[in-house]
Amino acid sequence: MKKGIAKIIAENFLRGVTLLIAVVIVTFLLANASPIDPISAYVGSESAISEEQRAAIAEYWGLNEPPAGRLVSWLKALANGDMGRSYYFQQPVTAVIGERFAQSIMLMGVAWVLSGIFGFLLGVISAACRNSPIDKAIKTVCLLLSSSPAFWLGLLLMMVFAVKLGWFPLGLSAPIGKLAGEVTIWERLHHLVLPAVTLSITGVSNIALHTRQKLIDIMESDFMLFAQARGEGKWQAIRRHGFRNILLPAVTLQFAAISELFGGSVLAENVFSYTGIGQAAVLAGTHGDTPLLMGIALFSALFVFCGNMIANLLYPVIDPQIREVAHAK
Amino acid sequence: MSQKKEKPPVLEVTDLSICFRMYDRGLNQKELKVISSLNIAIHAGEILAVVGSSGSGKSLLAHAVLGILPHNSSYSGSMKYCGQELTPHLQKKLRGKEIALVPQSVGYLDPMMRVGKQVIGIHGTERQQQEVFQRFNLSPETAQKYPFQLSGGMARRVLVSTAVITDAHLIIADEPTPGLNPEVAEETMRYFREIADAGNAVMLITHDIDLALSIADKIAVFYAGTTVEIAPVQDFLEGKERLRHPYTKALWDALPQNDFVPISGLQPYAGSLPSGCPFAPRCQYRTDDCSGEVEMRKMRGGEVRCKHAT
Repeated sequence: MKKGIAKIIAENFLRGVTLLIAVVIVTFLLANASPIDPISAYVGSESAISEEQRAAIAEYWGLNEPPAGRLVSWLKALANGDMGRSYYFQQPVTAVIGERFAQSIMLMGVAWVLSGIFGFLLGVISAACRNSPIDKAIKTVCLLLSSSPAFWLGLLLMMVFAVKLGWFPLGLSAPIGKLAGEVTIWERLHHLVLPAVTLSITGVSNIALHTRQKLIDIMESDFMLFAQARGEGKWQAIRRHGFRNILLPAVTLQFAAISELFGGSVLAENVFSYTGIGQAAVLAGTHGDTPLLMGIALFSALFVFCGNMIANLLYPVIDPQIREVAHAK
Repeated sequence: MSQKKEKPPVLEVTDLSICFRMYDRGLNQKELKVISSLNIAIHAGEILAVVGSSGSGKSLLAHAVLGILPHNSSYSGSMKYCGQELTPHLQKKLRGKEIALVPQSVGYLDPMMRVGKQVIGIHGTERQQQEVFQRFNLSPETAQKYPFQLSGGMARRVLVSTAVITDAHLIIADEPTPGLNPEVAEETMRYFREIADAGNAVMLITHDIDLALSIADKIAVFYAGTTVEIAPVQDFLEGKERLRHPYTKALWDALPQNDFVPISGLQPYAGSLPSGCPFAPRCQYRTDDCSGEVEMRKMRGGEVRCKHAT
């Protein structure tokens, strides 16, 4: 069994490396093809700088080298753990990603847990009370939510809860004018609520609808009928057999949701000016900040890949059919 | 025999009809009668084999007795357990304890739960499970296995274990033998005989007439959702003349050890049943009378639903 797991990890590792290489190449080609001139974007269109100064910046950033040469030197530096410097932030890319990601992971983590818990609960309730008014209500709300764009929902929440009611701040991840060291955890959480809710809403409906369908399939199975024939009530049968059988698809769904979460965070962070990695990605893109853009692309690909790999590694833990077969081998 | 008569039957089903509501064209709902005026009775110590081809309503009878019919169905008529009317409330109380189902296949077990835990269910104990496994020659390790790891014979014994762990008084076995080799099938049948001999009632739903003949006490023959004949097993063994209904006789003729001759025609589907006797279109004794109401009547120690039977 140990050998089996080692093999699975080796396979996954290989897959991950090839994926990352592909991501790096595609991102670089796209950034290179971008019409945005990083120097103009950096200095701004109004400021007048001389041609010599321009050339000096280009020289300093290494923009005069041919694209392939730039990619190779970037890769060489990456091998030493150096992801280059961000043009826009004037900081090492690793530092920007580290700082921004610390903000984003809170946001995504809260949204992930919220959408997982509420999605699962709503899906189970909906399936158990199938065709009842409760089920219909949950289904309708889920369909409405999943068909409304995340940024629009974010704006709506902002209008209601930040502008009209004033319960939550309009944006940013901490109060304006405070030093980073002075910001309390409550202030951070306060700023986190609206973006996290926005981000989790679309995930909730997706997970709820999938859970509902899966549980309905299970409830129509022969073994659920037999459980009833043996005297188990509806909820008892769901508890004893439903959850067990729904676990595998639920875990797959939950970890697959990580990629959507990353995409959603770009929108949510921009709507709420939340200083996370999603916002940094947009800044990097619009300012032709190739090193930062590549760093973020690489990092997010790695992050999503890890999420999916965790799901893969969890399968044998959950499903006896996979586990025992691996064991027999 | 006389003692049996005094006690009410363990299960007595009278005039049972089951309807399904379904959508016809567009939004028109229609009622589809799949079982009509069905009668059976099983006494303690007896095995009643319910035989009939696919689609004759055998499994639905089992589900009706257990109260696990689908939501879009309704039934009329009476079902009594030891003389007590089987209301949904009583069914809920009895199923899994006094009335147990032995399902068709391992597909009726939760694929993600260890077998031992499933046999225990919600009413049994681990000790009972160990005893039952011992009785059915299942090794103690079997309890740790998952359903997909069981062989055909083991699966069968596990399924029977689920029914006997709670000392059920009425056991309904729904097609317990397909896919089993003859030895395992016979072994399974011996379990049912043992259970019945211990004073319980067994309803054995099958389309394997030979197997039914080998252990049952009475045979109920189903055709198109109703009982056409209930006969002591002896009548089947003695020969065609002892049987009552033309369909039963045709079944007898179709057995390999007899003439091995099938009759022409097909069982009508629910929804397109002829009025009166459902077998009439295929029957050589058919007369105009057959399209009227045909009641079940007692005859020579059995029962038959035919105007012409003698």
